[in-house]
Amino acid sequence: MPPLLDVKNLATYFYTPEGVVKAVDGVSYDLEEGETLGLVGESGCGKSVSALSVMGLIPWPPGRVVSGEILFQGEDLRKYDTQEMRKIRGKEISMVFQEPMTSLNPVLTIGRQLTETMELHLKLSKAAAAARAVEMLQKVGIPDAERRLTQYPHQFSGGMRQRVMIAMALSCDPKLLIADEPTTALDVTIQAQVLEVMQGLCREFGTALIIITHNLGVVARYADRVNVMYAGRIIERSSAREVYGNPHHPYTLGLLHSVPRLDEPRRTKLDPIEGQPPDLATLTGACAFLPRCRYAVEKCAEYPPLVSVGENHVAACWEWPKLGTKAMTKA
Amino acid sequence: MTQQQINGQSTQQDLLVDVRNLKMYFPVRSGAIFQRKIADIKAVDDVSFTIRRGETLGLVGESGCGKTTTGRCILQLYRPTAGNVLFEGQELTRMKTSEVRRFRRNMQLIFQDPYSSLDPRQNCASIVGEPLVIHKMVKSKGEYRDRVAELLSVVGLNPSMGYRFPHEFSGGQRQRIGVARALAVNPRLIVCDEPVSALDVSIQAQVINLLEELQEQFNLTYLFIAHDLSVVRHISDRIAVMYLGHIMEISDRTELYENPLHPYTKALLSAVPIPDPVIEAQRERIILTGDVPSPLRPPSGCVFHTRCPIAIEECKGGVPPLRDMGNGHQVACIRV
Repeated sequence: MPPLLDVKNLATYFYTPEGVVKAVDGVSYDLEEGETLGLVGESGCGKSVSALSVMGLIPWPPGRVVSGEILFQGEDLRKYDTQEMRKIRGKEISMVFQEPMTSLNPVLTIGRQLTETMELHLKLSKAAAAARAVEMLQKVGIPDAERRLTQYPHQFSGGMRQRVMIAMALSCDPKLLIADEPTTALDVTIQAQVLEVMQGLCREFGTALIIITHNLGVVARYADRVNVMYAGRIIERSSAREVYGNPHHPYTLGLLHSVPRLDEPRRTKLDPIEGQPPDLATLTGACAFLPRCRYAVEKCAEYPPLVSVGENHVAACWEWPKLGTKAMTKA
Repeated sequence: MTQQQINGQSTQQDLLVDVRNLKMYFPVRSGAIFQRKIADIKAVDDVSFTIRRGETLGLVGESGCGKTTTGRCILQLYRPTAGNVLFEGQELTRMKTSEVRRFRRNMQLIFQDPYSSLDPRQNCASIVGEPLVIHKMVKSKGEYRDRVAELLSVVGLNPSMGYRFPHEFSGGQRQRIGVARALAVNPRLIVCDEPVSALDVSIQAQVINLLEELQEQFNLTYLFIAHDLSVVRHISDRIAVMYLGHIMEISDRTELYENPLHPYTKALLSAVPIPDPVIEAQRERIILTGDVPSPLRPPSGCVFHTRCPIAIEECKGGVPPLRDMGNGHQVACIRV
């Protein structure tokens, strides 16, 4: 059986006056049914753009998916026209965005926004859609669901709004849910609530989940497999345990060492990655991490391919054999 | 010095800031003409704590808990509704505005958002140099130029960047400019209000390290306000946990993380995911129910009782006072 989602060599470029910004440049990953995949990286690394490309939501101009295949249940979504994509979006693949304030329509009631997708995709009657909307709100843990349906987004708190978004996204029983920084705008205790609800429901419905985040902790807690992105490419991929316990790319290693950890006594100093992330409009053929890398060698002038560094573990670094041992000794 | 003095009651000379029963209420007004006061938002409600010279006090809590307001009350950017703020024994709340302005060279602020806290029309050198002029701390143009160059290099920026404008810098570099501006007047206290939360992880570590180096070099005292408990654990000596305008727990850093007493602190710590899947799989998760209540209508008694997993009837009664549990570990909970 083919994987649920198989992204092959995806490239999405933005054509700006400053030059071509290669936001996503040759990214390949796959996802099994019911699996939770983490997509980690810092701002501007292309993690959101790669998700929007899958949804067919890249605005032209200035952006365009220039190459690659997006195989969803074996069918290439890039060949679908607008009409066909509309049938996929919200029904088969749905998305939860970062800002629960701006992604809900402020002038429509929560009930209207929830039932709209169900009437459209599931061809439910008004009454049936309303009943299912109540059920969905209860599932995401919103008390007094029937009354809440008649309210507007501003009457909900941030955490509640994100629950509504999750209810909406899962209402048509999609195969895949893409959550783009779902809890970044929320407080810690609310963050934990929302993530628990989301993962619980995805398990219940058998929905596959892609969590896009910069928070290494969130990925460690919820993801089965992890893709680490840097400057538009995936630079390391493995199971969560492997990536955190045995990183083979200097960037992954650097990220893990630069965050203070709650469970560790204070180290005298953090070990940051020096310098800045690169400007995606002026990338050369060299490894994008080269200017900030401590392990750089001459060979790094050529972009390293993703190579197998262990069982189900790939990394894009020429120097990976050295790194494996370094990671061990440092941790 | 006895153990008691080291941890609990420090001697007067050790105290830089002493906050006593601080209250900050913001009036809610209604009506077109008379603007009647209809209610108060109790942003900070009866908060007392001290900051010792040379230490970093972390102030954590979720949004709306009053941590930023507390910081601003210390700096007298908000004039508190009630209570005292003593800076080296000097009472700030009764000072005239003009006196406070002069006094503020002793205490500075670093803001959260490095994008909106720098004037986009001022170049970097003049942003950093402005406090020097305001507080008349330089006598000549040459001295001014030297001092600005020195400040920029202290925070890790090249002095030649002084002619650039804020938009030409990255987020991390902008935050460095903010730090240099705060350092310009040789303050003793710096209130860092979420200084790294707008930055990317790899840049966060650079700025945290810079703050630590500067503290050592200039013997600075920090009030470090943040919602990220991992960062606060790293940088602070002592930590105060706030919820809805009240302090729930104050303790030594290690003690707070290893032996949290207040149910809110426990839930807060458990909500932070640790970047290690092996440890995550074994952790117990305390998930709080419900949202933070509105500070307009805070719950009676202990403000946390509506979400508290161990609340009893008595919790609705009176506001629990901060009790000392030994070694300066104070907690406001009757169930502990």
